[in-house]
Amino acid sequence: MGIGTVLLLIVAAGVLGTVGLYNGLIRKRVETENAWSQIDVQLKRRHDLIPNLVETVKGYAGHESKTLEAVISARNHAVTASAADPATRIAAENALSGTLKSLFALSESYPDLKANQNFLALQEELSSTENRIGFSRQHYNDSVGVYNAAIQSFPANLLAGSFNFKPATFYQLAEAEKQAVQEAPRVSF
Amino acid sequence: MNQPTLAPATFQTLIAANKRRSGFLVVAMLGLAALAGAVIPTALLGQVSPAAMIGGALLAVALGGFGALIGYYKGASIVMAVSGATPLNPADDRELQNVVEEIAIAAGVAPPKIYLIDDSAPNAFATGRDPRHAAIAVTTGLRSKLNREELQAVIAHEFGHIVNYDIRLMMITAVLAGAIVLLCDFFWRALRFGGPRGRSDRKSGGAAQVVFLVLALALALLAPVVAKLVQLAVSRQREFLADATSVRLTRNPNGLVTALLKLSSDPDPLEAANRATEHLYIVSPTRKLTDANRDSIWSTHPPINKRIQRIRALLD
Repeated sequence: MGIGTVLLLIVAAGVLGTVGLYNGLIRKRVETENAWSQIDVQLKRRHDLIPNLVETVKGYAGHESKTLEAVISARNHAVTASAADPATRIAAENALSGTLKSLFALSESYPDLKANQNFLALQEELSSTENRIGFSRQHYNDSVGVYNAAIQSFPANLLAGSFNFKPATFYQLAEAEKQAVQEAPRVSF
Repeated sequence: MNQPTLAPATFQTLIAANKRRSGFLVVAMLGLAALAGAVIPTALLGQVSPAAMIGGALLAVALGGFGALIGYYKGASIVMAVSGATPLNPADDRELQNVVEEIAIAAGVAPPKIYLIDDSAPNAFATGRDPRHAAIAVTTGLRSKLNREELQAVIAHEFGHIVNYDIRLMMITAVLAGAIVLLCDFFWRALRFGGPRGRSDRKSGGAAQVVFLVLALALALLAPVVAKLVQLAVSRQREFLADATSVRLTRNPNGLVTALLKLSSDPDPLEAANRATEHLYIVSPTRKLTDANRDSIWSTHPPINKRIQRIRALLD
């Protein structure tokens, strides 16, 4: 084997390795983007469910108009905030979560409402949506962690600099909420 | 700098090992089939013929390869059918459907198909060839005996098997072990029923009987291979890692602990499980109560108390 062939092989291996690294980084970045849009999907799902819920509750507890109006206005505020910057948006969604909690707390004192099949179904869908929102944020943060670690480790960091891979930002929770959420457990074997 | 934990490396090594073992299993089984295909013509003809041996080996590999393809693409449906599982209509059980979709979001994969097994024993398993073609089966007993939090933990454990590619290796094992058990059964039965007839018609019955005897003995020799196969698929590490993945997805170790305690203390045996599929389940469907905590190299699952100990350790 001539020296030329050896050099060619080394260059080929280098090119292949670089392509693999680059594709890996792209894949991880796309994953964070997908995870971010999943949060949007779930927030939208919550916006769509709320008018139905309010209608159902109205039939049993129409005089609790203050709570119902608070939910509606928080929901509408959150819908308009969808186009705003992330910080405004997160604040609006958190406010909506708060009003929803008080709505479900209120339903506890209306046995007829709690027995209503439609209400039960909506309650299941909404609590599932709350879980989905939480899990989509968690997945977003997990994938940001993976991506950020990847672009900072050697030798990918050399590539990341020249191909403009910027660290992604974590989804920050409100201070009060932050305390309620557990740290991700460290897993080691 | 962000401190990456040890976990991703561990999971990635496991995934690579799972894919490698899956491939190895298929190649090894094809090799065994080729060997059988080469030996059988010699036994039949009573003489060594290279042409027949090569032809037999090629035929066996072609048949085995065909079987492997069916197993790979249709294995999940086969395992579901054998386990008596029927597809869930999403409208019938919104809660189960929602829990699965929630965990799919947490894991960042497409929601798998959901199947129900009509059995009062609480248990669950996942199967399929990759995360995009996965299926989860739960028993009706699991649905009625666990609360939402515990159900979520069990489903997340199954997602652990899905994202770690345990499902591919375990499915191939189930299909292969099932095929060997089935064939073994078939030849022993043929041998038994062929017996009396052979005596009345010695000439033609005799030759067939010898063939069946040879095949039956060969397959009986394969029985330890079946055991080895199941062992290959079953590593304690796999169950521990799926438990760890469950906690990583739900951030809720307590749900998994109480679910495992409920599952392992339930006295009902699972009727639909057999030797070929028992390693798929979250808790062993055959060993119950006192057995659940005994540690043995023959058990398909690690003892429950050890699993709980490890899950609790994740809290610190």
